[in-house]
Amino acid sequence: MDKILSSSGMEIDIVPVEGELNVGPQHPGSGHMRIYVKLNGDIIEDAELDVGYVHRAVEKLSENRNYMHLIPLVERPAILDSIHMNLGYVMAVEKIIATDVPERAEYLRSFAAEVNRIASHLYGLGILGIFLGHSTAFMWGFGDREVWVTILEALTGARVTNSYIIPGGVRRDLTPAIMEMTKKAIDYTRRKLEDWRKIFFYNPTIRARLENVGVMTKEKAIEWGAVGPNLRASGVPFDVRKDEPYAAYSSLDFEIPVYKEGDGLARGLVRLDEMEQSMRILEQIMKDLPEGNILSDRFFKQIPPIRLKKYWEGQRRIVLPGYYASFRPPKGEASSRVEASRGELFYYLVSDGSPKPFRLRVITPSYRMIYAFEQLLKGSRFADLVSIYGSFDYFPPEADR
Amino acid sequence: MTSLNDLIKEIQASKIQAKMESQNRLSITVEKEKLREIATMLKSKGLDHVVSVTGMDYMEESKFEVVYHLSSYSDKDLTSVIVALRTSTKYEDPRIPSLYPIYESAWTGERETYETLGIFFEGHPDMRRMFLPEDFEGVYPLRKSFKIKLEGVFVDKSV
Repeated sequence: MDKILSSSGMEIDIVPVEGELNVGPQHPGSGHMRIYVKLNGDIIEDAELDVGYVHRAVEKLSENRNYMHLIPLVERPAILDSIHMNLGYVMAVEKIIATDVPERAEYLRSFAAEVNRIASHLYGLGILGIFLGHSTAFMWGFGDREVWVTILEALTGARVTNSYIIPGGVRRDLTPAIMEMTKKAIDYTRRKLEDWRKIFFYNPTIRARLENVGVMTKEKAIEWGAVGPNLRASGVPFDVRKDEPYAAYSSLDFEIPVYKEGDGLARGLVRLDEMEQSMRILEQIMKDLPEGNILSDRFFKQIPPIRLKKYWEGQRRIVLPGYYASFRPPKGEASSRVEASRGELFYYLVSDGSPKPFRLRVITPSYRMIYAFEQLLKGSRFADLVSIYGSFDYFPPEADR
Repeated sequence: MTSLNDLIKEIQASKIQAKMESQNRLSITVEKEKLREIATMLKSKGLDHVVSVTGMDYMEESKFEVVYHLSSYSDKDLTSVIVALRTSTKYEDPRIPSLYPIYESAWTGERETYETLGIFFEGHPDMRRMFLPEDFEGVYPLRKSFKIKLEGVFVDKSV
């Protein structure tokens, strides 16, 4: 062999069996993050997640901003899931200032949250597709997501980072034109989800990459503190919408998809089934939406009548009353949690009576998945790293905050 | 299966301060020496994971407070409950026993609390920085003594 090579003038490099590799930090998938892997042949012996490339210091900044100024800030870590980031924070603030929320506003919160959930799941499935080299799924995911993002734009005024939910209610009302858009979007997405099943989930290549890959058992999922669809794919029927209902979820009828396999395919299918459930919720909300105000009377009374006439009666929009500028909530603390698209999102807010929070703790679903991700990588094949990453729907900016 | 009332009775029987803060939110304050003992007891009652580990800096009292929020996945009676397990330590001795041997899910939160506040968790296998870059070695940004430079709002009144 050596003789042949030297006579032809070619050289050969010996590739070591053991070695270390960096995956990233330049955008390995859904954001900047470095995964340091120690390989033995094709098997990952040790893995370490080097997070922090998109750290925004939300917790420190929150000690220097007024409560209202924090709404746009807390949305930034997960821009494609901003309604939930917004909702969880506002729920914590509402607990401290003890305000009520009108029923219509509660329904509208659920409406926006479910539209956002569908958009986020489509994004996640698209990313999973491109991780596995299935670029059709990537195009479909981002294309189908656009339908739902447009609805959010019509409802809130922004495609992402909507700042739609404010203490005591929501900013804009749901109009019949948006309902019509949503009905069309539901019809379209129902048809499209069938295509997703046929082309993506029943595809033998995709199944080979996902089935029995990255299996997280029920016991491990609980021990590692996994959240959201990843937890439900491991057979734990936990969903904050059912277990501690917020917004209008206690009066809505929906199911929680649970799979017991715990592999990548199950995690993908949970997301697919959740979209169908979200559309069921949207249909119910549009049918049962109660009449009434969308902002608590406590704040609504403070809006000057001229502005009320122009914006609320004319455009069904709320203009922010002066109270919000720099209110001082009483001393105290509150914790809130919502079921964001990627899982349980937890806020812990401590107020010391000043216009700025004393401490705001933001625990996002991807943050909770860091440990599980790292543990699950150990012992798997290097080629499965992308499959596990994609099926977790792990989003680095959300984890770093 | 343990209901919340049983849990409270159990805790009060062991002479630990516990109070309901609101519906579904229970707060327990313990000394750091007893932290592991109480955490083991709570885990046996069905609180199987840590939601968050929060560190707080009280400058006036020169102490740190650490709050573990615990909840349950497996016990359907407790899934709606979040238990805050609080402990505190003085500035002079910023050490707290890690709950990692009991709750693996405390791993990320304890590491982050270490890097942002400089509280050392004894028994944690990986007490290193996590999110922050290298030049934050020995600098603890979430301490109240760490001030950040703020830009004011500039209004040009001549226009």
